[in-house]
Order: sequence, then structure tokens, then C-alpha cells
Amino acid sequence: MDVAKNPAAYAKRKRASSIAMGLCIAAAGIGLGWLILILGTLLWEGFGGLSVAVFTENTPPPGSQGGLANAIVGSLVMTVLGTLFGTPLGILAGTYMAEYGRYGKLSMVIRFINDILLSAPSIVIGLFVYEIMVARMGHFSAWAGAVALAIIVVPVVVRTTEDMLNLVPNQLREAASALGLPRSVVIRKIAYRAAKAGMVTGVLLAVARISGETAPLLFTALNNQFWSTDLNAPMASLPAVIFQFALSPYKDWQALAWVGALIITFAVLALSITARTLASPRNQK
Amino acid sequence: MTIVTEKPHAEKVSVKNLKFFYGDSLALKGINLPLYENIVTAFIGPSGCGKSTLLRVLNRMYDLYPKQRAEGEILLDGENVLSPKQDLNLLRAKIGMVFQKPTPFPMSIYDNIAFGVRLYESLSKSELNDRVESALRRAALWEEVKDKLHASGLSLSGGQQQRLCIARTVAVKPEVILLDEPCSALDPISTAKIEELIDELKRDYTIAIVTHSMQQAARVSQYTAFMYLGDLIEFDDTSKIFTAPHDKRTQDYITGRFG
Amino acid sequence: MPEHIVSSFDEDLDELRTRIVEMGGVSEKMLADSTLALVKRDSALAQSVIAADARLDGLQRDIEELAVLTIARRQPMAVDLRELISVIRVAADLERIGDLAKNTSKRVVAISGETQPQKLVIGVQHMSDLVQAQLKDVLDAYVQRDDAQALDVWQRDDRIDALYTSIFRELLTYMMEDPRNITSCTHLLFLAKNIERIGDHTTNIAETVHYLATGVTLSVDRPKGDTSSFTKAPADPSS
Repeated sequence: MDVAKNPAAYAKRKRASSIAMGLCIAAAGIGLGWLILILGTLLWEGFGGLSVAVFTENTPPPGSQGGLANAIVGSLVMTVLGTLFGTPLGILAGTYMAEYGRYGKLSMVIRFINDILLSAPSIVIGLFVYEIMVARMGHFSAWAGAVALAIIVVPVVVRTTEDMLNLVPNQLREAASALGLPRSVVIRKIAYRAAKAGMVTGVLLAVARISGETAPLLFTALNNQFWSTDLNAPMASLPAVIFQFALSPYKDWQALAWVGALIITFAVLALSITARTLASPRNQK
Repeated sequence: MTIVTEKPHAEKVSVKNLKFFYGDSLALKGINLPLYENIVTAFIGPSGCGKSTLLRVLNRMYDLYPKQRAEGEILLDGENVLSPKQDLNLLRAKIGMVFQKPTPFPMSIYDNIAFGVRLYESLSKSELNDRVESALRRAALWEEVKDKLHASGLSLSGGQQQRLCIARTVAVKPEVILLDEPCSALDPISTAKIEELIDELKRDYTIAIVTHSMQQAARVSQYTAFMYLGDLIEFDDTSKIFTAPHDKRTQDYITGRFG
Repeated sequence: MPEHIVSSFDEDLDELRTRIVEMGGVSEKMLADSTLALVKRDSALAQSVIAADARLDGLQRDIEELAVLTIARRQPMAVDLRELISVIRVAADLERIGDLAKNTSKRVVAISGETQPQKLVIGVQHMSDLVQAQLKDVLDAYVQRDDAQALDVWQRDDRIDALYTSIFRELLTYMMEDPRNITSCTHLLFLAKNIERIGDHTTNIAETVHYLATGVTLSVDRPKGDTSSFTKAPADPSS
């Protein structure tokens, strides 16, 4: 700490520090720059095509006017179903791993597999569901799409549930157990309550993730140019429509693809903000 | 000055040749010790001596964790607590425990106390209200919280939280209360309030307290056990332990000569 | 005894022990000098004893203050607590011993011009020798924490008491024989009583040493040889 005794060494350290700091700032700047560029383009291109018709009319054939109503509804339906299937499963599995089987071998195995599933390319999941559902049923369907999305939801929810329950201090569990409360009550009334904000955040993040997934839907729900709420039939979805329209040579379709992208982005943004707000310390009651 | 204490107190808990293992390591090496009814027994000793472990064996808190096991006998009113047939939830309802860090549940002050009661007794609304009030009064907390019973338990100060935890424990009407360093995170005033409370509670309960403060042990307890490296070194009248302990290790520890 | 983890605690205790030893030395010398002044009829020596008492009082105040401060600061337990309590008690006893030696010396000055029955002076001197030996032994026992030696002192005191009783009787006889002896005999009587009291204080210290060493208060009664409380004047020698 003797700066006075060795000013040269101190100056060197200071120099090294400012260089490292400069590099960090530059890296952050580049990352942020691209992001702003992407968002800017999206806003620029998307806002132009935004109109009431987007929400009221179905996807048009090339060259005519139309909207994204069927795709928006399809996305909503499949996302909701996927979440409904995946969340309870994920929460139960996460609860098992954090509460009952925390120190067990089975939990370790599940955790390992879950981590693989978490980082598995979503197209693999699409193919898997195609194989077990679409191929057997003989046609694409919204059910298959929802199942594919659910499979993506599960590992995210398992992970966040387990992590959040692990964050609940053991002392709290001990204190509840010390009152003579059975394990199930301790988990439901104490641990869940303490981990609630984090668990809800996990579910919302999973929702955000599946609402933007394209690959698993291409093999399962496919797409549908018309209004359909039949879960046994192919169903449109925003990501699939964007994928199709953006690749097309038609200007109208490309414009609608931008609008769809904008809608998804804002939906995901809204979900993220909700998740952040719920997880903020002020709400950790 | 030998204060000759006759022992009119019944042995509420008898620990007999208790051994405890964390995996392969022996944490308690054969403890024999009584806990007398309406008496505060203090456990002192350096960190890692096994005093908290002993407390956690008494209500089988260790059962929450794998690879921990106990051998020997702990008789609560003559029945072996360590028996595999023992219903753990009933046992823990009988042997309450208060922890080092205050652990209010993430719910209102009222629910913190009513929660445990509801599980074991079906009381009417007004009976439950009375129970909550009397528990809070016993814990000398009522005056401070009576106007905000529905505020979160986490909004209280550390000392109040700890008294809330004691109230919660008292509310389910246990027979034995275990206190694991209940004042280590509290300021002196809150500590004094809790000590006063312990004095009060011993009229109705059998109390065991683990503490790092020798002065606290001397103040609140009638019997003191000094533990070291998993052994019970000395168990005697508190007055004896703190003026003229029998064992040199006890002497060295309480006079600050250890190590 | 190993040292405390907090070494300044040991320093405080060492300081107290040093002061007690110093007080012991002063009080021993005061007792010896007051007796010597009696035997040699040395008023100047007696005056020096009277002057020395102030130092003893000062030492006792210092010890008491430091002991109280140490209790407040360290919250001593067990042997440390007993040591601090003992220090306060021993200091009080030594201070009383100093007072008694001082009073003895005052009486030596008062009777320096009077005739003194030599036989009794020698008796008092003998008693003082015994008390001095007691005082020395008990102070050694204190420093060494030697319970056996302390108990020995405690039991030996009855010899001093017995000696005092016989001096008491003889003084009564002298006074009855010749009323002109009354002044010097009364002074000698008080003087002897002072020395006997000093002996009692040594037994107090012995009890303190016992408490310090064992943590137990001596609960049995000490053997007593002082029956002067029950002694009456002998029947008129002339009859």
C-alpha cells in the first residue's frame, strides 16, 4: 500500500486498470450498438405497416391486403397451452429436486438431463414431436405445436423452480418443521411463498421464450393461412408467419413480417418487464 | 459457598449415551444428560463442540438431512424420541425450537402465529384470536404489534422478529423449548427482553438454550453443560460452573484461556 | 494456569498481584516495627509506623479501583472472578492490619514514659512474633495459592488466642495489684488485643486463600483459643 515508496509500480497498475476498463466499455458499447441497430430497424420497418387491419384480418395471399389476426390468435393459443402443460410439470419436478430429492442421485441425473434439454436446439424438439405426434396422427396440428412448446417450457421452469427453492433459507424450513408442520405443508405454505416471485419470473421467462420459437412449430403446427381454432388442424403462429413472409419475394408479406416481429418483440418485452418487476426486492414479501 | 440445590424437578428429558454422526464423522461421543422440568439448561462450549447438534437431535431436526444419524436414547417423559416409530411432526409440536437468526414466515404477524395452531387444533375465529394475543403477550410483543397484526412479519425489527418466533413456538403449546443462540443477532436491549422472557417461560416449560455468551448462560440458566469436541465435559449447577468449575477445561474456557 | 487469550487481562491481574504483595510487605513491616518500638521504647520508630499507614491506605484504594474496573471490563468468571473478589478482600484485611499496627504504635508512643511490666511486654512480643509468622505464611500461601498452608495458618490461630487470654489475665492481675499500673496496662491490653486482631485478619486471609484455591467457602467454625470474653477478674489477691 506504499504508493509513495514505489510510484512507478502504482502508475503501471493504474494504466493497466484503465486499459482493461476501456476494453470493457468498448465491448459493452459494441454489443449495445448492434442491439439498438436491430431494434431501430425493427421499429422503423414495423411501425410503417402497423394498422387496425393487422389485428382484425387474416394473413392474405400474396399481392392483397390482410393482417395477422389468425397468427396472433394461433400464437396465443399454443403459447397458453404450452405453458399450461409445461408449468405444472416443471414446478413439480423442480420441487422434487429442491425439496425431497435435494441430496439424492436421481436429482443429479434429472438436473443433468434438464440442463441438456435446456440448451437443446429447439428444432430437435420440433423433430421429436413431429416423430411422436405428427407422423402418427398423419397431419400437423396445434396440439403438436403446444406439446413442442411445453417441452421447451419444462426445463426452464424446472431450473428456475429448483434454483428459487434452493434460495429459500433452510432455516425457514427448519423453523416451520420445528412447529411440527408436515413436509408438504412446509413446502406449499412456506417454501413456495418465499420463492413465489422467482418462480413466477421463471414461468414468464419461459413464456417469453416460447412465444418467439419458430423451429418447433414448423414441424408441428406448421402454418395456416386461414382463421382456425381447431386444435387438431394446423394453426398459424406469428413466428412461423414471419419466417414464411420474410423469405417471400412479395413486398406486402415482407411488411407484415416486420409488423409481426414488432408485435412479438413488444410482447416479450412486456413479459420481461413484468418478470423483472415481480422479482425486484421490493416485491419480495 | 456451595448452594446446595435439592432436585425437586422431574427429569423431563433424559439423554442416554447419545452418539451422533455426520456421515462417518462422530459429532457427539456418547452424551448423558438430563433436562429438568421448569428449569433452564444452558449449553456452552467453543464452536463445533456439538452443542447445537445436540439440540437438533432432541427434536430430530437432523432428519431433514441425509447421512445424519443418532444412536443411543433420548427419553421424553420416558418415551424414546429416537425410535423409528416416533411421529416426527407430533414430536416437534411437543419440542419447540427457536433459531439463531429470526425466521419469520413470509406472511402477516397474525398468520405467523396462527399458522402452526390451525394445523393441530380447530379453533373458532375468536378462540384463535385469543390464542394469538396470549402468545404475543407471553412473548412481550403484544403492545408493540397489536395495531399491525396484519403487517408482514418481515417488517418487524430483528428483536421483534425473534420474539415473534418465540410467540409462534409458544402458541402451539409445546412442552420443551429449545433455543439455539436466540440472541446472537440481537442488540443488548432486545437480548434483555428475551432473557426476561426465558425467565417467564421456564415456569411452564422445560428450556434448553445454546449460547456463546457465558454471561447469558450464567444469567438465564439453572444448570449448565459445558461441551467440548463432542463430549459433555461438565454438567452442574450454573452457580457452580461459573464460580468454581470442576474440570480444568471448563475453567479455561469460561475464563477465556482456551487454546 | 495458562494465560488468557486477551493478554491485557493478564496484565491487569499481574498488576493486582504485585500491589497485594506490596501491601503485604508494608503491613508486615508495620507490625514488626510497632512491636520493636514497644520493646525498645523507640517513639521515633513508632512514629514511622504511623506515617507508613497512609501508603497502605493508598495501595488499598488503588487495588480496589483496579479490581472493580477489571470486573466491569472483563466480566471475569470462575477462578478469575474468585481472584478479583479475593484481591478486594485481602486488600481490605491488609489495610485493617495496617490500621491496627498504627494504633499499636500510637499506644507505644503514649506509654513510652510509663513503667511497663517487662514480663508482659515480652509476652506481647512473643505473641507478635507468632502473628508475624502467621502473616508471612498466609501471604506466601496467597501468592502460591497454597490451600494446605492457608488451612495451617487458619488452624494455628488458636495458639495466639490462648496467648492473648493469658496476657489478658495477667494484665488484670497487675492492675488489681497496683492501680498506678492501670494506664500502661490498659494500653498494653489494647495493644495485645490489636495484635490478636491482626491474627484474626490473617485467618480471614487464609479463608480467602481457601476460597480462591478451591472455590468453596470454609463453612466449619475455626478453632478458637480466645476465652478472654468469658474471663473475670481473679478473686482479690489480698484475701
